[in-house]
Amino acid sequence: MAIYSTNEFKSGLKVMLDNDPCAIIENEFVKPGKGQAFNRVKIRNLKTGRVIERTFKSGDSLESADVVDVEMQYLYNDGEFRHFMTPESFEQYQCDAKAVGDASKWLKDQDMCTVTLWNDAPLSVTPTNFVELTIVETDPGVRGDTSGGGGKPATLDTGAVVRVPLFVQQGEMIKVDTRTGEYISRVKE
Amino acid sequence: MSNAWQPTCSIESLRLRAKLLQKIRSYFSARDVLEVETPLLSHSCGTDPYLDFFTTTYEYAAQSNKLFLQASPEFAMKRLLCAGSGSIYQICKAFRKGESGRFHNPEFTMLEWYRVGYNLDHLMDDVEDLLVFLSKESLSLSTTEKYSYREVFTNVTGLDPFVFSVEQYSAFVIKHNRAEALTICGHDHNLWLDFIFSHYVQPSLGLSGFCLVYGYPATQSSLARINIENPEIVDRVEVFFKGVELGNGYYELQDAQEQNQRFDNEIQVRQEIGCPLVVKDDRLISALYEGLPDCSGIAIGLDRLLMILTESVSIDDVLSFSIQRA
Repeated sequence: MAIYSTNEFKSGLKVMLDNDPCAIIENEFVKPGKGQAFNRVKIRNLKTGRVIERTFKSGDSLESADVVDVEMQYLYNDGEFRHFMTPESFEQYQCDAKAVGDASKWLKDQDMCTVTLWNDAPLSVTPTNFVELTIVETDPGVRGDTSGGGGKPATLDTGAVVRVPLFVQQGEMIKVDTRTGEYISRVKE
Repeated sequence: MSNAWQPTCSIESLRLRAKLLQKIRSYFSARDVLEVETPLLSHSCGTDPYLDFFTTTYEYAAQSNKLFLQASPEFAMKRLLCAGSGSIYQICKAFRKGESGRFHNPEFTMLEWYRVGYNLDHLMDDVEDLLVFLSKESLSLSTTEKYSYREVFTNVTGLDPFVFSVEQYSAFVIKHNRAEALTICGHDHNLWLDFIFSHYVQPSLGLSGFCLVYGYPATQSSLARINIENPEIVDRVEVFFKGVELGNGYYELQDAQEQNQRFDNEIQVRQEIGCPLVVKDDRLISALYEGLPDCSGIAIGLDRLLMILTESVSIDDVLSFSIQRA
């Protein structure tokens, strides 16, 4: 297991903190004129997603966390677990609801996504930035409205609910930004 | 990176630096302060347990061929003062290993000066005059603030920096979500002061103008002399602007024996915490025995001053080539 000292803390570095895998977001070196130097570090806990601030004495170190991001294909949901597969090696992983988290509302069978593995076990799932999904339910809109102002809720085939312009109809496929949950456009078939 | 040959700062920033250097020289020239140069490489170095040094070797004598890159020109300049130079200033590079970040580059530019016959109050006025002279065209400044360390520490935290109470200090950091301070600082009064000052006090200093903090605890004395009226404090000053430390100055300690003792104490601390070995500057001690004139001196980080004048986010924005591109 590698050990990283505070001066190696770079954005994106994966380390163990309080027994949880974490990712360094920001590392600020603070040194009083004549005295002990500190590193004020912003860290994301990869299990909970929470961002915390923690100060270290400069020169202190943390163990590395064996965390890797792997591109996988989403296969299916068996009710308890969702199953993913690496397209090159056909290796399969199952993720519980906790690991899948909010990604569940954007996951459609066969779509690609990023599965973060910690010690080869799924830690979290990140959908691609844009997904194309079908509207399974929405109120009939007013014809001729193309402004997009106002909008209406639409339920997608994954269960997600997004606001769409009034002119978008049930059965249509739309493009959604998974980071904001916002409608981008209609998708021409 | 394909553009790694390029400077990290703009050409405009280079011009500003050149102008800043000219203004500094005109300021000191008008006041009869002599510009000097001293070596960057020295056979000895400081003993500060919190500084790490770059070293190199030079094959000139079998018994001693290790050389240190200076962390500050202080010792050499004091030897000049002892030799009768009168008031002097220097603009030079200083080197500190392991210091890298938004406000730190391991190699940086320092302005250091000494004024013979000045006490700390005189020096503080001088610092204010120079800084305002250098920045009034670029910045609209409110009046320079001057606070004692105790006053500013207590105002911000409600704690007394001179009365060490682990309970009160702990309660304060826990309330402000930094419980890790308990592990880091333990029962070390100075560490607690460093932690609380740099996390809570410093960010609030000099938000609209320069801020000078004087009267540091005697335990953080370094090369400053103990205040003649209050042995709890030393005649040391730090300069801040927008929460950034710009400089550190002293009413200089003249007592050679006490300076030697402080060096030895620091060397012992270095050994206890496992810092690399240092070589004490015996030539400075000899010079102090010869006699340092009554004087005050200060060092200002010029790169940080440029950051402030140009409202830069990172020190890289004012360096021709930061360490990653050096």
